[in-house]
Amino acid sequence: MTYMETNSNLTAASDSARGRDDPFIELADIRRAARKSAEESPMRLLIVEDDRDAADYLRKAFREAGHVVDVASDGEEGLVLAREGGYDVLIVDRMLPRRDGLSVIADLRGRGDKTPALILSALGQVDDRVTGLRAGGDDYLPKPYAFTELLARVEALARRGGPQAADTVYRVADLELDRLAHSCTRGGQEIVLQPREFRLLEYLMRHAGQVVTRTMLLENVWDYHFDPQTNVIDVHVSRLRAKIDKGFDPPLLHTVRGAGYIIRDGAR
Amino acid sequence: MTALGKLLRTTAFKLLAAYLFIFALFAGSVIAYLGWHTQRLVTRQAVEAIENDTRFMQAQFERGGITRLVQLVNRRARAPDAGLLLIASFNGDPLAGNMLNLPLNILDRQGWREIDYLRSEESSGPPSRALVQVIFLPGEYRLLIGRDIVEREELRQIIIGPAVWGLALLVVLGMAGGLFITRRVLKRIDQMTAISDGIMAGDLSGRLAVSGTGDEFDRLALSLNAMLDRIEALMAGLKQVSDNIAHDLKTPLTRLRNRAEDALRTAQSEPEWRLATERTIEESDGLIRTFDALLMIARAEAGQASATMLRFDLAETVAGVAELYEPVADESGLDLHVEVAGPLPMRGVRELFGQALANLLDNAIKYSAPDMPGGTPGPRRDVTLTARRDGERLRLVVADRGPGIPEADRPRVLERFVRLEASRTRPGFGLGLSLVAAVVRLHGGTLSLEGNDPGLRIVIDLPLDLNDEAATD
Repeated sequence: MTYMETNSNLTAASDSARGRDDPFIELADIRRAARKSAEESPMRLLIVEDDRDAADYLRKAFREAGHVVDVASDGEEGLVLAREGGYDVLIVDRMLPRRDGLSVIADLRGRGDKTPALILSALGQVDDRVTGLRAGGDDYLPKPYAFTELLARVEALARRGGPQAADTVYRVADLELDRLAHSCTRGGQEIVLQPREFRLLEYLMRHAGQVVTRTMLLENVWDYHFDPQTNVIDVHVSRLRAKIDKGFDPPLLHTVRGAGYIIRDGAR
Repeated sequence: MTALGKLLRTTAFKLLAAYLFIFALFAGSVIAYLGWHTQRLVTRQAVEAIENDTRFMQAQFERGGITRLVQLVNRRARAPDAGLLLIASFNGDPLAGNMLNLPLNILDRQGWREIDYLRSEESSGPPSRALVQVIFLPGEYRLLIGRDIVEREELRQIIIGPAVWGLALLVVLGMAGGLFITRRVLKRIDQMTAISDGIMAGDLSGRLAVSGTGDEFDRLALSLNAMLDRIEALMAGLKQVSDNIAHDLKTPLTRLRNRAEDALRTAQSEPEWRLATERTIEESDGLIRTFDALLMIARAEAGQASATMLRFDLAETVAGVAELYEPVADESGLDLHVEVAGPLPMRGVRELFGQALANLLDNAIKYSAPDMPGGTPGPRRDVTLTARRDGERLRLVVADRGPGIPEADRPRVLERFVRLEASRTRPGFGLGLSLVAAVVRLHGGTLSLEGNDPGLRIVIDLPLDLNDEAATD
């Protein structure tokens, strides 16, 4: 289920109602900043996709974002390239000529290759996703998708620059989240969070500096893979924002128009 | 294939032929066994009589020599049931007995054999059969003692003759009966085949004839007819879905196309292009969403998701989705009351229930909004969600204080794409409730719409999975 931007009047209405004090960032600004950092250490991506148009579009879009892209047009070629290694993320279409995407990933996993893999598929139902992830995929995005969504997920998979899984304390500017003590402080001031708010902030901070989409939040914080119809996530995020940003400067949790959210040190 | 060839190829006929063969073989063996034993009995009687005679004759010979034996044989030979007797010298000249015209070489060696002979009195007529023993006596005399075994032959005729005929008759009648039965079966099968050919050619309304005798063909016809009913219903449903898809996806597609064309024609500045492009993306996102919902409903209705049905606690899902929507209700100035008494173990697809509950809450919140025409005025506009166990069933109720649905429209709103006039201006695709209904049906439950005076109450009744309650813990 693809999350859609501003497709309901309700969302638009509540956005504008709340929007006055919410910090909005244009996606283009994020991209510009991201490109600059990507030029210093670009991600190496392998796209295995048989549809030439789709592959060209992805190659172009990822290059614009500053990443290095290789494209394979069938499963066998994809497997040969992937086995050579050196990629940060594999983007694999599920239905491919010569060898299907799932078996490419299963083959790599069988060799102990743990390169993060994102599966693209026209099959978007629950059981399709389950088989995809069971085959060793790390994420699953049904077609058709928005490029913003794909890019956000790929960057999240690459886990560059963010805190490591072993880190027990996440920090963004003066905001601190202690995962062991389950506590949160900003500027040394204690912030009381509900369990779900804690998990939401934890996910955002783990991907600090990266755009996180609403679907990613719904999947990773709530473990739901369905279309929530309205702006449920926005409401949760704005509540969290009221706790961590209100009365502090600068704001850290930003809405990225047309994409999702980002938590970052605005001063940087 | 000729008609006979077709008959002979049928399973029924092959089975019958095999049975016939086995039966004939078995009957034949029984008769053969009986015959063989009877013969052995008769033969043994003859052998014993001959051995008795032989011992007696040998004793007489030892006592009185050849003279006494010849006298004895002469006397014996005249008795009516004397059997065969012959005494001859070493070169084969008969000395006494009643078998004077036997071929001489019979006496050449000692031992048992069966011979054909003519009774000496009547030299014409059919030859008779006898069992004889030849022994050599001191002085090169040869003694032949035998018994007529014609009874044995007669017995054989009595048994074997009718047995052969009987078996032949059995095979012929069996084959004829088999052909008859097979033809009847074949006729019914041919009828069924003809009708199924018609159905395959596209006439889905055709049904197999039921003779009313309740035999196996009727049972088959009834179950095939039931299957055809189901297929016809599914096909009708499919047609309905494709009609709906055609209608409801073509409308936004046309809008999409018109907007793009319009932009191409009139857009001058970059902001105008940008706006047109954004609108196009927005519109296509809406299309994708509708399409996803349709696919989900279609899958749920086809029962395809049943492959991934797992045991889960619906109470957790209800609480989770309610938690997700609670702030949304709050923002809309509503109270969301949640009462969940768990655990509520069920077998099903958790994600589908998540979506269904989201749709229900989304609708309830949407239609309870303060600016909703027909809603309850005043501050108390609450939405309640309750889920509790009711015996072996589960009862899930979502009630709102919105405008409700007029009773006459209630069955209709569960159909795809139906949106009531009052809600035309609200966002949505008219698929929410049909998805809920499909999910509930897939899990063997029922959904009913009731009035909440004012408002709407959606009552869902589902079976719980209590089978292995203890086993899973």
